[in-house]
Amino acid sequence: MITPEQRAEFRTHFRYNVGRRLVLDKIVKGTVFLCVVVAIVPLVAILVNVFTNGSAALSWDFLTKIPGAVGSDDPGGIGPAIQGTIVLIGLSSLIGVPVGVMGGIFLSEYGNNRYGRTVRFFNDVLAEFPTIVIGVFVFVLVVLTIGNFSVWAGSFALSIVMLPIIMRTTEESLKLVPVTYREAGYALGIRRYRVVFTIVLNSAKNGLVTGILLSVARIAGETAPLVFTILGSSQFINGLDGPIDALPLRIWRLSSLPYDSAVTQGWGAAFVLIILVLSINIGVRYLFLRKKEKTFSKFKRLGAIS
Amino acid sequence: MMAIKMKKGSPHVDKIFKYVAIGAATYVLAIIALIVFNLGSGSAQVWQQEGISFLTGSDWNSVEGRESYGAAPYIMGTLVNAGIAMAIAIPLSFGIGMFLSELSPRLLRTPLAMVIELLAAVPSVVYGLWGLLVFRSYIRDWIEVPLHNIFGDNSIIFAGTPFGLDILTASIVLAIMIIPTIASISKEIMLAVPNSQREAAYMLGATKWEAFRLAVLPYSKSGLIGASILGLGRAVGETMAVTMLIGNATGAAAFPSSLFQPGQTMASIMANEFAEASQGGLHLAALVGIGLILFMMAFAINVVAHLLVAKVVKSHEGAVLA
Repeated sequence: MITPEQRAEFRTHFRYNVGRRLVLDKIVKGTVFLCVVVAIVPLVAILVNVFTNGSAALSWDFLTKIPGAVGSDDPGGIGPAIQGTIVLIGLSSLIGVPVGVMGGIFLSEYGNNRYGRTVRFFNDVLAEFPTIVIGVFVFVLVVLTIGNFSVWAGSFALSIVMLPIIMRTTEESLKLVPVTYREAGYALGIRRYRVVFTIVLNSAKNGLVTGILLSVARIAGETAPLVFTILGSSQFINGLDGPIDALPLRIWRLSSLPYDSAVTQGWGAAFVLIILVLSINIGVRYLFLRKKEKTFSKFKRLGAIS
Repeated sequence: MMAIKMKKGSPHVDKIFKYVAIGAATYVLAIIALIVFNLGSGSAQVWQQEGISFLTGSDWNSVEGRESYGAAPYIMGTLVNAGIAMAIAIPLSFGIGMFLSELSPRLLRTPLAMVIELLAAVPSVVYGLWGLLVFRSYIRDWIEVPLHNIFGDNSIIFAGTPFGLDILTASIVLAIMIIPTIASISKEIMLAVPNSQREAAYMLGATKWEAFRLAVLPYSKSGLIGASILGLGRAVGETMAVTMLIGNATGAAAFPSSLFQPGQTMASIMANEFAEASQGGLHLAALVGIGLILFMMAFAINVVAHLLVAKVVKSHEGAVLA
């Protein structure tokens, strides 16, 4: 039997134990909340700074004119940089999207074997490569061979950055299409490539478009590969085998200039770039991801998109 | 309903389709092989000239006739920079992951997770610009000057004049950049832990923290390690923000010793000196050689990370892992 003394002793032990545990719980909760605040403050500060400082720089001239001479009174604009970024995105997609989608088709439709696993693994590794290494590689392979910096070299470099993202997201979207859809196609006597193109790709097009748009948002902000491949310029584009400008590259160049006008322009260019990248990201989330929450969280867990 | 053509055309079309798909997949392997080959051949000159001292030496002189290249300070710089960034980013990111998956009220969870994901999409050059124009003066006036005044030049890690463009600033901005990546992956991993695990702990009378420590943490351990290593891979290869903030020392001066001293990483030396290197020269070969070392490092880090993540996925399909 438990005597009243023992019962009282148990009770003090219990209070002591639970009390300590509750205090520890409170401490941990507080610490975790502090972590969130500490991490969120600089992150939000970046957005606020870019939006307030950047919107002050915006004007029609700023968006369309060529940059003025360094240190002169007329700061000019970032027209060539915006044009260059659009051209680079277009040309990189021209290389990256078909190869990426076909690679994704291989991984999903034919990739259930040793070779498929190898490709998937190296594709994941390639997706996380430092982009500056890709820049140096394209510099050695293309720029040194041809002898000058060119739009093509830049597009090739960016296509390597976007390729693994598209390939992985395509594969994941295609895998979500039920096997029965394919079997229905085969049962009708449709050839395999037609089943893939008309049935599978059609059912998976939301995921496909999401992957492509997110990869575009990613390459829009890449700077490191461009330093080695397009060099930068202050003129509008004249030919695909010459150097051009791009937004991230322009921001970098402006940041190293010691003039107030350059600083203002740097914020302005950063504002334009952030608007471009974030609108793609937010747009994709609202357009496609509401229904396809499953696909998206799967992409995220893979680290394919961030 | 769309009309789908029945079997028409050559019977070889399917085979051709398959080979095109295989070709596209092989393109990835070919690119990686070409990267290794090109970085190797592009830097052959410097390996011949310097041999192993390219890895261990600390001279960095591009004046013609006295050329000498050693990458050791930059390798160390990369490791120190990424190490400090990881030390700051990992606890904070796991904290955010835990908050989002365990503690956050439902109303706050989605917007907060969304903000963090969007911040992972902000280009690194924008982080660099913000660090250079805004953050630098805060960190100099609020952190570096007080620390310097307290510890002075006698302490090794706080020696040097606080200037704002140094290893500390670059590391902190780097940490800010990789927090969204690690935090959103770790949130996903913690959310993937089945609720029955938590419920079992709560049933035994566990507090939130105990449930997290006993049920969630063991279950997601290797996933969290994988997420951290992925973050490390990004930190090692991050170029623009670090280049803009680290102060760009060269040669033996770039050996990291004090936090308040300008440093240099492998990525930043490539971005900085690339424009000065003449084609076909030893300087360029040295920069490509650094690219090769960085490639090797990032490759190894990512292979380990992906093997760990693959292990998590596999074990989640099967039994509970201890």
